[in-house]
Amino acid sequence: MNTAKAAASADKSVNDTSEQYLTFMLAGEEYGVDILRVQEIKGWDKVTRIPHTADYVLGVINLRGAVVPILDLRRRFGLETIDFGPTTVVIVVRVGGGRDERTVGMVVDAVSEVYNVDAADTKPPPDVCGSVDTVFVKALATIEEKMLILLDIDRLIGNSIADELVAGAAAA
Amino acid sequence: MTIDPDMAEIAKVFFQESREGLDVMESGLLSLGATADGESINTIFRAAHSIKGGSATFGFGEVAAFTHGVETLLDEMRNGVRPVTAEAIQTLLQSCDCLREMIAATEAEQPLDQDRIATLNGDLKNILGERPHDAPVPVPTAAASIEAAANTEAAGWRIAFAPVADLLRLRNEPTRMFAELRRLGAFVARADVSRIPPLDALDPESCYLSWDIEITGQIPRPKLDEVFDWVDSGCRLEISSIGNSAAVESEQAGPPPEAQPGATQAAPPSQVERAPPASAPVQKASGDSGSIRVATEKLDNIINLVGELLITQSMLSGFADGIDPNELDRLRQGLSQLARNTRELQESVMQIRMLPISFAFNRFPRIVHDLSRKLSKKVELKLTGEGTELDKTVLEKISDPLVHLVRNALDHGLETPEQRTAAGKPETGTIELGAFHEGGNIIIEVRDDGAGLNKAKILRKARERGLVPMDQDLTDEQIDNLIFMPGFSTADQISDVSGRGVGMDVVRRNINDLGGHVQISSKEGRGSTIRIRLPLTLAILDGQLVRVGKEVYIISLLAIVETIQVERERVNTLAGRTEVFRLREEYLPVVKLCDQFGVEPDSRSAEDGLLVVVEADGKRVGVLVDDLLAQQQVVIKSLESNFKSVSGIAGATILGDGTVALIIDVPDLIRSAAKSGSGAVAAHAA
Repeated sequence: MNTAKAAASADKSVNDTSEQYLTFMLAGEEYGVDILRVQEIKGWDKVTRIPHTADYVLGVINLRGAVVPILDLRRRFGLETIDFGPTTVVIVVRVGGGRDERTVGMVVDAVSEVYNVDAADTKPPPDVCGSVDTVFVKALATIEEKMLILLDIDRLIGNSIADELVAGAAAA
Repeated sequence: MTIDPDMAEIAKVFFQESREGLDVMESGLLSLGATADGESINTIFRAAHSIKGGSATFGFGEVAAFTHGVETLLDEMRNGVRPVTAEAIQTLLQSCDCLREMIAATEAEQPLDQDRIATLNGDLKNILGERPHDAPVPVPTAAASIEAAANTEAAGWRIAFAPVADLLRLRNEPTRMFAELRRLGAFVARADVSRIPPLDALDPESCYLSWDIEITGQIPRPKLDEVFDWVDSGCRLEISSIGNSAAVESEQAGPPPEAQPGATQAAPPSQVERAPPASAPVQKASGDSGSIRVATEKLDNIINLVGELLITQSMLSGFADGIDPNELDRLRQGLSQLARNTRELQESVMQIRMLPISFAFNRFPRIVHDLSRKLSKKVELKLTGEGTELDKTVLEKISDPLVHLVRNALDHGLETPEQRTAAGKPETGTIELGAFHEGGNIIIEVRDDGAGLNKAKILRKARERGLVPMDQDLTDEQIDNLIFMPGFSTADQISDVSGRGVGMDVVRRNINDLGGHVQISSKEGRGSTIRIRLPLTLAILDGQLVRVGKEVYIISLLAIVETIQVERERVNTLAGRTEVFRLREEYLPVVKLCDQFGVEPDSRSAEDGLLVVVEADGKRVGVLVDDLLAQQQVVIKSLESNFKSVSGIAGATILGDGTVALIIDVPDLIRSAAKSGSGAVAAHAA
């Protein structure tokens, strides 16, 4: 995390408008999250299920003493589910800030790369953007002739948990 | 005045200390009623004096002026010039309240309640005005002297400031003082650099400079004093008004600022004879010695870490079973030592959060004093077990329910002196507030020797309101506990003290939220006893691990009444759906955890599993689980910190194998069971 931060800030001194993104694969599409939000990447492990929650909340795990919820991004985006394989990983991110800061894990098919994305190379998302609700998409970027979908992680996780409140209330 | 952000931190300490001082004054004043010895008046006086000194230091002139009036009266009482009358004590108590509000308003930077201050000032003056025959010369009130000081202005001031070499090490910063001076007016400062040593001898942390400052403008002297308030110890500081060279006041090696009488700071430079400072030996109000202030957040952090240590330790113990047998013994020894150490460490860390219940009890002498006057009842309050310790969070949350219970006891429980005499009881009623430990719980009892509950009336009201079916018979205990039902009040007249019928149910809910129980027992004509049972802490829970299918849940041992093997013939079905279980004379609804939480169980039929009978809010249900596992203390972790609260789940914990287990919220489970049940059998009232 610290080295990532250092790398990012060193990079910033070269080019102010460029940001680093960690990318991961989900059903053949490549998504990116701001690397400064990524706390760690860990392998998939058994979770403890929580009752009265939406299907994309797989459960909670023990992350060095903290109880951290794990969301399945495929289910979250309404994609077809697959069996978790050797490349399946959990990307642990920190969202929100101050008192509302949360640590949440997201299950994805595989991690891909770390890219420097220049703000000039990004475009606002079109109204229809693959399988993902566009409110969660910050921008699209083209890197090495590939399209990256840059996610607004705060909104994605924030909404997921807020929706959960509604879903949970309905279930109760 | 607005507070400099750098000073805000120190001011916060002042506010805190003032509140503690006021508590000291209040308890002192209340004990004065019985005995008026010199030492207790001294204690009160010193507390008032510290508040006055502090508030003057920070420039809270109104607080200082008001406290001065209080202090003057106390001083006269201390010197035996003024008799200690009930009226004077009452006024002083009201002054404490007023001061508390003033301090709160000052802290929030809101306007003060001038009317109230003026009224009380008038009262104080009235008492002071009634001079006894051999009265000495009147002492000027601070309001006057401070005003006088504030009005003394000059065209400018000359300040000679020669700090000690340690100035910077004492965490004072001359540039900050100059910044403060600049806010007061334009000034010219000349630095004397003659004391600076050669570079090789120079200590970068020492201050070698001194200054000669001329500041112009209509600046009140106290404002200047404020700037230099924190440096006066050991520094040479001379302030003289320009064009008035006669009046030179120097402060050398003065006492530390908080010990300085407020009068000194307020003294105008031209005043040749200072107002005689109160002759009290300057002492800090005696509080609990050897205590430190630690932010709760930091403590919680340590508690979490210790919890993790505990988890690691039990994880290691688990490993030990499967390695090289030759090394095993030594490893086992080491592990058992680690286990002992962690346990001890945890206990001592938990101790840090523990506070004596006297923090909650201390409010009651005052409350009882005020209420008994208002209701014209004679009451003696007895406190026992004030040293009993419990968790700070529990303590804070139990205070309000306790106040409610004591008020109720005074208002509804105790009779008037006439009624008591007629009933052949002593005129003065007794309210006892006691606390003690009992098997990992703390018990708090509120006992009165009043009229007791009128069972017939309670039952009638409960039937009128449909809370109890007409044909149902209740035991005496059940009737008494009806008063905890929502919307229940037997008071014929609603007073402003209590009796609006909101209350007892709220009290019970608050206590249940803390994981506790409340019960009342009463004898007509003899009084009532309310018994509250609370867990000692909210951070750790004695849990029973239960298994449903592949999932492990934890039920608080406090909530578990008993666990039973189910016999087929004792399970009945109601309306084809809801299962009830006959336990002795009761029918308990059966809650299947597998259905509640959507888990695949070993078996769905009741007789294959175990029934854990749990109780909350006076209701019982049987929770069906597949198996009982170990009992152990678990560290409670919040689900909300990273996720959100989930119905039916009180929190989570981490087991020895590193996995997360959920803690069942028993009251919530019972509520949702009652809702989802057919309604014909709501959970049986215990």
